[in-house]
Amino acid sequence: MTPTFIEQGMLLAAVLFCLGLAGLLIRRNIIFMLLSVEIMLNAAGLAFILGGARWGSADGQAMFIFILAMAAAEVSVGLALILKIFQKYKTLDTDEINRMNG
Amino acid sequence: MEAVFYLSSLIAITATALAITRLHAVHALLFLIVSLLALAILFFVIGAPFAAALEVIIYAGAIMVLFVFAIMMLNLGKQAMEWERRLLSPRIWVLPAILTLVLFAELAYLIAIRRGGAWSEFEPVLPAEVGALLFGPYLLGVEMAAFLLMAGLVGAYHIGRREKKQLHRYLKEEEQ
Repeated sequence: MTPTFIEQGMLLAAVLFCLGLAGLLIRRNIIFMLLSVEIMLNAAGLAFILGGARWGSADGQAMFIFILAMAAAEVSVGLALILKIFQKYKTLDTDEINRMNG
Repeated sequence: MEAVFYLSSLIAITATALAITRLHAVHALLFLIVSLLALAILFFVIGAPFAAALEVIIYAGAIMVLFVFAIMMLNLGKQAMEWERRLLSPRIWVLPAILTLVLFAELAYLIAIRRGGAWSEFEPVLPAEVGALLFGPYLLGVEMAAFLLMAGLVGAYHIGRREKKQLHRYLKEEEQ
């Protein structure tokens, strides 16, 4: 019974990761792109938790905590950059701000 | 237990798919929070209660609130009031509310059958084990995570700081 759950949970993690990737590719609003990155990180965390649950060890949850810390740091810097971009260019469309030295 | 697992997975996929296709960022955030809560239930079912709590507190709580703050700061304008009023119309929040209620029912069900005895095939991995692991073999990793968070804090402060307007050196320096 348990391995079936793990398999299906891994499938769920893959689906969520693909949804995040699709969101990253189809959206042009930079906030949505950051959200999609969050979805992908979360799917990776789910995969770690499932692995930990499969073997009954705590390593999966430890890795999840590291992913959480990384996601928090990434979001804080990313949102600060987004606010700065919006102040400077008055838009959040990445097609408008695709030059580094604009 | 199986029903809870599959229902939560379904809610997570639905909410994520809706989140990446919404046009308005706040609606997307609402659905993303539902998706995170569904994953928290999933973590709880497969025997990771500590990760489930962190998912709710840090992901659905802190990180999403950060997003909401950023979006609100971008939207300071004359139309903000109008926009706020539209945000409160039931058409927008009723679907996330229903999904969250289903999740709440799942949680209540889990707690109810917990009293009877075993409720999951998975042996729960308790926070004490995670803590012992984090401050034992993974101590270096914890310190690196602390460095990363510190760097993130300093970086966000530095990027978000308002620049001083530099005039010519003979003119008076003005603070913006």
